[in-house]
Amino acid sequence: MEKNKLCELSRAATKIRMGVIEATHAAASGHPGGSLSIADIMAYLYFNEMNVDISNPKMADRDRLVLSKGHTAPALYSALANKGFFDVEQLKTLRQADSFLQGHPDMKGTPGVDMTTGSLGLGISAACGMALAGKIDGKNYRVYAILGDGESEEGQVWEAAMFAAHYKLDNLCVIVDSNKLQIDGPVAEVIGPAPFEPKFEAFGFNVITIDGHDFNEIEAAFCAARECKGKPTAIVANTVKGKGVSFMENKVNWHGNAPKDDQYEQAMSELNAILEAID
Amino acid sequence: MAEKIATREAYGKALVEFADKYDYVVLDADLAEATKTGMFKKACPDRFFDCGIAEGNMITVAAGLAAAGKVAFASSFAMFAAGRAFEQVRNSVGYPHLNVKIGATHAGITVGEDGATHQCLEDIALMRTIPGMVVVSPADAVEARAAVETAITTYGPFYMRFGRAAVPVINDRPDYKFELGKGVLLRDGKDVTIIATGIMVSMALEAAETLAAEGIDARVINIHTIKPIDREIIVKAAKETGAIVTAEEHNIIGGLGAAVSEVVCEECPVPVVKVGVNDSFGRSGKVQPLLEMYGLTPANIVEKAKKAISLK
Repeated sequence: MEKNKLCELSRAATKIRMGVIEATHAAASGHPGGSLSIADIMAYLYFNEMNVDISNPKMADRDRLVLSKGHTAPALYSALANKGFFDVEQLKTLRQADSFLQGHPDMKGTPGVDMTTGSLGLGISAACGMALAGKIDGKNYRVYAILGDGESEEGQVWEAAMFAAHYKLDNLCVIVDSNKLQIDGPVAEVIGPAPFEPKFEAFGFNVITIDGHDFNEIEAAFCAARECKGKPTAIVANTVKGKGVSFMENKVNWHGNAPKDDQYEQAMSELNAILEAID
Repeated sequence: MAEKIATREAYGKALVEFADKYDYVVLDADLAEATKTGMFKKACPDRFFDCGIAEGNMITVAAGLAAAGKVAFASSFAMFAAGRAFEQVRNSVGYPHLNVKIGATHAGITVGEDGATHQCLEDIALMRTIPGMVVVSPADAVEARAAVETAITTYGPFYMRFGRAAVPVINDRPDYKFELGKGVLLRDGKDVTIIATGIMVSMALEAAETLAAEGIDARVINIHTIKPIDREIIVKAAKETGAIVTAEEHNIIGGLGAAVSEVVCEECPVPVVKVGVNDSFGRSGKVQPLLEMYGLTPANIVEKAKKAISLK
């Protein structure tokens, strides 16, 4: 990847992370850990991969993103705001009673949100429906679904996987954010849904494993997904929960806790340092 | 005796009949033969998608299709469409108010021999608690066909309740018109009102005949749209007849009787006596013995009508 492009994406990802911290700090609630782990993938999707139009969020032929792990809405909102769907200042209204930024994504209220999610296991099915609609209508748009590793404990994920492969939804790309932690502890200790690769392969997917924080690997995976015909793709992204904020990384208690004032200051100063280093 | 047709049969036929006129797709969960979406599968194989035995996925796939602009029908037995997939209906169809049409067949105890696990007696209660969900329970094949067309042409989530057993056709008249949210006055009367839905409507008419022979003048109203319910026709009946009997093939908790009671309590309190399954599960059996065992009969409606009048 060219240096300029890499810098641009790194900058976007860092700004997405800053938005996550701003939003969850202002809300005094929310899910920063899993929002930070998908920030690089979000940056790539909205700033390089997806065909979207900020002046026409409901454009019929747009690419669509379903955040199946809906609790990480702050990452989605921050990506959308930084892309220009709405003012980044709005991020500070997250979870407030008069805000259009619900705790979990609401397609009716937020510009750029393609599907209402939050109840785990449902988003991937909705993405299948969108991808099927694209096939029926002969459209070329693509559908992306971001799934949590813990979320894959929901049986419906595998009902949807069966469906996607059966109907050869090669316009569907599922990203498993394998950040290894869920509310009750390490995913492997809670119930152990891994390994994902052989499971998705057995269900009929094209499977690609990447470092979810390496833009070269992210780019290669999304390109390979586009080129794969006749079957859906699952990208298993190995990520770090809380990535980019030192004291949040790999800590289960940052799944669903917001930073307090001093933690907010430290997180923002770390992210600012990252931003300056890029520039 | 009128011709008898199951409302699920009318549902399948309607899906085929309207296929050229309107653009929609149909999903099923390995029950196409039973739900009668199999007729559509045969007629329009490119617009039919079997989801396999995975009802939760089917409902949310339908939501995704609708989010991408499709009118999406999703069919299974009421037990699985409304029961098993309740949360999917609530969160992925109801909350985003998507254009999904749930065609739920095999509602109630007239499922018969399969027994309690397959006899959904709770679906009206479940579906009507979802904001914005339209709940339709057709009385016969004519109404089922009309309900399907209305569902296609009206934006938003619909739950349509169809039955397995053949029921008499009572709406076979040239001036029949289906108006969503409007109750239908089938017989006027001044002593008591029988408000019925689904298969109980024809029984309500029979009960009114029996009551008439005994000198009791019963009004009969068909409520095909349980949500949004026709408050006006119910309040008028309460005011003019002073006593109400409801009749439904559903648990007496949460269904038509409860919906009617909610209106009556708020606007014109009069006795409301409910005919329905009395807070119990169904069981295996042939349809007629089951209906009698659970009191879903014209005779029980007559008895409850007299009780309602005695409470005035």
